[in-house]
Amino acid sequence: MKKFERFEGVVAPLDRANVDTDLIIPKQFLKSIKRTGFGVNLFDELRYLDEGQPGQDCSNRPLNPDFVLNQPRYQNAEILLTRRNFGCGSSREHAPWALEDFGFKVVIAPSFADIFYNNAFKNGLLLVRLEEDEIERLFQETEEREGYALDVDLENQRIITPRGEILEFDVDEFRKHCLLEGLDDIGITLQDDAVIRQFEQQHREQRPWLFR
Amino acid sequence: MSAKTLYDKLWDQHLVKQRDDGTALIYIDRHMLHEVTSPQAFEGLRLAKRKPWRLDANLATADHNVPTTLIERAEGNKGIKDPVSLIQVQTLDDNCLEYGITEFGINDPRQGIVHVIGPEQGATLPGMTVVCGDSHTATHGAFGALAHGIGTSEVEHVLATQCLLTQKMKNMQVRVEGELGLGVTAKDVVLAIIGKIGTAGGTGYAIEFAGSAIESLSMEGRMTVCNMAIEAGARVGMIAVDETTIDYIGNRPYAPTAEQWEAAVADWRNLVSDPDAEFDKIVTLDADEIEPQVSWGTSPEMVTGISGQVPDPEAALDETIKRSHVRALEYMGLQPNQKITDIQLDKVFIGSCTNSRIEDLREAAKVAKGKKVASNIQLAMVVPGSGLVKRQAEEEGLDKIFIEAGFEWREPGCSMCLAMNADKLGAGEHCASTSNRNFEGRQGYGGRTHLVSPAMAAAAAIAGHFVDVRSLPANDANHAQEA
Repeated sequence: MKKFERFEGVVAPLDRANVDTDLIIPKQFLKSIKRTGFGVNLFDELRYLDEGQPGQDCSNRPLNPDFVLNQPRYQNAEILLTRRNFGCGSSREHAPWALEDFGFKVVIAPSFADIFYNNAFKNGLLLVRLEEDEIERLFQETEEREGYALDVDLENQRIITPRGEILEFDVDEFRKHCLLEGLDDIGITLQDDAVIRQFEQQHREQRPWLFR
Repeated sequence: MSAKTLYDKLWDQHLVKQRDDGTALIYIDRHMLHEVTSPQAFEGLRLAKRKPWRLDANLATADHNVPTTLIERAEGNKGIKDPVSLIQVQTLDDNCLEYGITEFGINDPRQGIVHVIGPEQGATLPGMTVVCGDSHTATHGAFGALAHGIGTSEVEHVLATQCLLTQKMKNMQVRVEGELGLGVTAKDVVLAIIGKIGTAGGTGYAIEFAGSAIESLSMEGRMTVCNMAIEAGARVGMIAVDETTIDYIGNRPYAPTAEQWEAAVADWRNLVSDPDAEFDKIVTLDADEIEPQVSWGTSPEMVTGISGQVPDPEAALDETIKRSHVRALEYMGLQPNQKITDIQLDKVFIGSCTNSRIEDLREAAKVAKGKKVASNIQLAMVVPGSGLVKRQAEEEGLDKIFIEAGFEWREPGCSMCLAMNADKLGAGEHCASTSNRNFEGRQGYGGRTHLVSPAMAAAAAIAGHFVDVRSLPANDANHAQEA
């Protein structure tokens, strides 16, 4: 995993609540056995006017001109601004893979679904929860100013707007540490390999019927 | 010692290590695998030169991509016409073979939807932690187990370490008290719960379903309720152990036997919340007030009773809700204030990890018996949850009832719940579906899903539109829930 560094990125507003993982990446694209290449099909049903197929060349597909990511001003967006309960539904990790592959590094919303929240951090995608009124303000400012960009400073858990306003956010220590250092969970857990073995042995003695 | 909830007890029994940073390692007893969320996890293991920690904790099957017609299934993997799907199923076979993981392959009579076969085999037991790369893993919580849906990185983590790195959730209890009316099923209960608390109402919580109406449910019904916990935002749903639980498990292939059975049962009886345990949140529903439910929108919280109508977005509580209602009605092709019983249907799907078990098929068959599917229904299909459910249904003659009524009787798999195989809706088609998600495009590009119980789906197939299953003549629907 790449280390998450402070950056300034263009914001794309997706003004919609309860964006589910089927919408982020429709099921026909889950048939891949790879982790990459999902970006061209991110929000496929919103982004294109036809039905997408896996492995298809998307460069000639008809684009939906109304969809935010198709508008020239948001072409290089790295921050997605959206509404509450983003990422609800299926556990498919293809959702954060698609967001990242497209080029997003951060998603900002009032709330996220639990499984998506876990999956995102495990892939280096930072999710930032802000208050509803802060989100509302960011939507307005993004709309008003072309090229609207935010400075994302994970180390200090803050986002700085072009006007210099500072929005602080919470993130748990472990997830923050893994993102900043680009660490792999499995390697960290396996440092406790003896503790796991000891627990397992005791668990087996107490409840042998669980081991069959 | 302070009083504990069922979730607290399961958590404590599996806590390997609590870390200072707030995260914890919990030990995983059962890991179910399927073809869609596992290939990248095995690839990760291989690249890091790691091996699965404990082979016998794993059980795999292919369910999401498999075709469901007999002709295709007769050819095994070769019957999978879509080359991309075939690669995925073949990759699961290869990975299980390479690492020595037990897999019920496409033509194994025990093959089926992971959340049907785990309990069916006794591979899901009370007091277990169960994970699977699938959000409907909460299903297994019906057995007094702690069951989480996980992502692919977590699948790899569990394979490599036998642990899940997680944080303790908050406790929520959803109590459904009283007696359910005739024709009102577990599916209606859980849809009513989601309608009440919303799709984010359970976010951050482990939900324990309790109360006399929940206790009165069979294991099949309890699985239906826990299955949809994620549709209320909760990763975990669970129900305390009682005689119904223990009776279901006895004599199943993976269940303990002889002395171990006695010891296990004694242990399982403690898997209930202490009477004075405290929950962070309690929600109560009155069972008498729940009527058969039908979803009208593109989120499971967009649901109402069969006697209700499609809401008017103008009456929405806030601007965000209003906008989502407007969008949902446009997508669904429905009008504000339209009566639910006036919604005309094109297809009917009875199946999925929510409603494809034997009791579900019996309920639907009772309604369909001696009737014919309406002429406006282009396709009505019944997809059993496993090869063993299919076999049992055939022994009971349910297949003949469905076929004579004009339903197609298929081979087991996830099928049209998420349309990864050939079973899907066309654009604009309305479907009465016993599955769990009515998201845009879920059952096919432009498809319009209405979530209902098996009895309501069968009744809708016969009428061609939604009808109140309670209004049907005696000897069919009114006895549906007695099965």
